[in-house]
This record gives sequence, C-alpha cells and structure tokens, in this order.
Amino acid sequence: MIEMKQVSKWYGEFQVLKDCTTRVEKGEVVVVCGPSGSGKSTLIKCVNGLEPFQEGVVTVDGISVGDRSTNLPKLRAHIGMVFQNFELFPHISVLDNIKLAQVKVLGRSDDEAATRGMSLLERVGLAEQADKYPAQLSGGQQQRVAIARALAMDPIAMLFDEPTSALDPEMINEVLDVMVELAKEGMTMMVVTHEMGFARNVASRVIFMDEGRIEEDTTKDEFFGTQRGERAQLFLSKILHH
Amino acid sequence: MSGGFDLHVIYQNIPVLWEGMQMTFLLTILAIGGGILGGTILALCRLAPFRWLSLVAGSYVNFFRSMPLILVIFWFYFLVPFILGRPVGGFYSVLIAFILFEAAYYCEIIRAGISSVGRGQVAAGQALGLTYRQNMRYIVLPQAFRNMIPVLLTQAIVLFQDTSLVYVVGLHDFLVNADIVANRDNRLLEMYTTVALVYFVLCLVGSMGVRRLQRSYAL
Repeated sequence: MIEMKQVSKWYGEFQVLKDCTTRVEKGEVVVVCGPSGSGKSTLIKCVNGLEPFQEGVVTVDGISVGDRSTNLPKLRAHIGMVFQNFELFPHISVLDNIKLAQVKVLGRSDDEAATRGMSLLERVGLAEQADKYPAQLSGGQQQRVAIARALAMDPIAMLFDEPTSALDPEMINEVLDVMVELAKEGMTMMVVTHEMGFARNVASRVIFMDEGRIEEDTTKDEFFGTQRGERAQLFLSKILHH
Repeated sequence: MSGGFDLHVIYQNIPVLWEGMQMTFLLTILAIGGGILGGTILALCRLAPFRWLSLVAGSYVNFFRSMPLILVIFWFYFLVPFILGRPVGGFYSVLIAFILFEAAYYCEIIRAGISSVGRGQVAAGQALGLTYRQNMRYIVLPQAFRNMIPVLLTQAIVLFQDTSLVYVVGLHDFLVNADIVANRDNRLLEMYTTVALVYFVLCLVGSMGVRRLQRSYAL
C-alpha cells in the first residue's frame, strides 16, 4: 500500500531523512517512534507529499508521490491525515469541517456529505456537537472531529502525526480508543506516536527512528521483546521510566 | 461677514451638504471595494510561487506607495485623457486613481492577513485534497479577512478622509459643497466648523467600531 525506498531529505545543509526504506501493507498498523527531531513527522509527511523530498521514491497504491506529473490533491484526497494540533478550520462549524472536502473535492451533494458527516460524528461520540465551532470543543473532542473529517473522505490509509501529543492526559484515551477501533476494523495506518500502550495493543510493526535514520523496523513482538537495538532500548527506557 | 455663529445657514443647506456627502460615501465605498479586490489579487500574486509574478506585484506596490495620492489623481485627470485623446471625466479618473492607489495599501494588509493563517491550516486543507485555489478560497482567505477586519476598517477611515482630495478635479463632494456654500453665503466659520465636526464624528464612530471589533476578535 505504502512503499518508501531510500528516501532522503535535506533542509539546506541539514539532512533530516537518511536513506529511509520501509513499507506498509494493506491493513497493517505501523507505529513510528523515536526521540524528538529524529525525523518521524517528516517521514510520515512524505507519504502524502506535504513534505517534498530530494532523493528516493514514495509510492502509495502504486502512485509515485514525488513524480511531478502526479496529481497530488487527488492522491491526498484518498489518504487521511490527522495532525498534532488538530487543525480543524476555526471559522466553520464542526459539521462543515467534515463536509467541506467531501463536497468540494469528492463532489458529494450537501445532503450526502451531511449524512456521512453525522454518522461519523455519531461514531466518534460527538453528534450533539455538530453545530458548534471547533474552539468550543475540548482538545480531545477536536481531535476526534479531525479523525472523523479524515474518515469522511473514505481514505485507503490513515496517517497520524503525534495525534495525542498536544492533549491533556485525561483526553488521550478518548482519542486512542477511536484509533484502536479503527485499527481493529482493518484500516491501514501509519502512526507517529509515543503511546507505547497503543503500539503494544494494535501495532503490526514498530519503526524506530533516530537522527533521520530508520534504526529498527520490526514486528511488535520483537520490538517489545528483548531483540532490540541499543538506541531503541535507551529510548524505551526513557519513555517507559515511570 | 455678518457677526455671530448662524446655525440657520447650516440647517438651510443640509440638502446640498447631504448631496456632497453622498458623493463622498460613493467614492469611499467604490474605492474600498475596488481596492480590496485589487489588493487581494496583488497579495495572491506577491505570495505566488512564481518569482516573476511576485516581482511584478511587489514593484507595483512599492511604486504606488512611494507616490503622493494627489499626484496619482493629477496623473489620471490630466495625463490619461491626453494619452487616450478624449476626456475621462472627473469622477472616473478620480475613482480609478483611488482604486489603483488603495490596492497597493490593501495588498500589504491582505498579505499580512494571509501570512497570519498558520501553516498547519494550509497543510490540513492540502491533506484533504483541496487544490491551491480551493485552499485559498475556503480555508485561508476567510480566516485572513477575519483577522484583518480591524486594519481594513482603519484603512477605510483614512480613505474616507482622503476622498476630500477630489476638490482638485472639481468633483462636488461633502467638503467642496460646504466650501461653495461658505463662500457664497460668506459663512466660512459655520461651514468649516460643520465639516470638521461631521468628519470628526464619523471617523470617531468608525474607530470606536474598530476597537470593539479588535476586542471581540482578540483571543
């Protein structure tokens, strides 16, 4: 489904991604973790072309992301993305947030988009908030709306860029619950997160990144077992300390 | 000059003053509308990924911002008819001058407004499959204009005052009509005081409105 081959990226002189190669099969849930500044967010943003890269190849469903002839908006419409800071559109209502791209990009009718939007809001437990503005919702609620907004496009895969990092601790689980449910339904997911509980629970594979390099790319059991590299060991011991 | 402050002369001339005020309002509104439209296009050009386009728009802005408004008005009133070989008329020449001049100022305001919308919002729109144009139209510009309302209104107040410059081409706006009455009836004190008060009150109300808006939009 998603394939990355020897992807490298530079910000000026600084190399943020070094020769990254990995793949995500249909239905897999791949968790990407690593210390901050290790390039994991940049890596996931290369998948839908939000971050351009200088070397290597990224293909999604057989379509090359870096190819100049690729219709990026069309490709992105089929890849859902959830951001660290939710990024709901503050000037329109919750339901309109979910409707906008359905109508403007997929060409659905207003009614169709609203019906789909309401059923997704129902699913994330926020149907009664449909007419509110994003700023009237808590962080956890906003992130659940953001997930619903991405799902409304019927994506073939979902990308999550640290979806719980900006949340107060008591709101993390309500978002993770939605993500776990999604994973169990067989959604293809690539998730940048430090939530090792989530990884343990639903991940098929875990990628560990450090200094722009994919240091480990293993099954969940291997990663949480003993067969793990020194840096990953150090990282895990830091975040699982308490 | 007959002595005393004669309120009667003001009262008597309200129709002619109102006629002038309508011209002032008409010019202000058309210039704001045209200026914002032109300014938006210029701002989008300045922010466009094509270098030459942003260079052209940037030069336009810098050029008009270095010109005194009165010179631009003269230019369109005297030189453009000369080039075209036929008169343009006071109203249209002044209106075009105002719009072209204001567009340069509105461009900078709108550019700042667009830049005030976060990168994350743009990325979210892109991730949903919106094209550049759709992203601008549905996500960025609505938020940018909301953020800009106070500054846009402030600029509108300045423009409202600047329209009084049309006296140089003989258009009958509020100030010119008051001036005509003042000289005809020899009531300079009454008329100029009235004009000053009306401008003051209208602009004061305008800027109080701006301050209210600023408070309600401030997070």
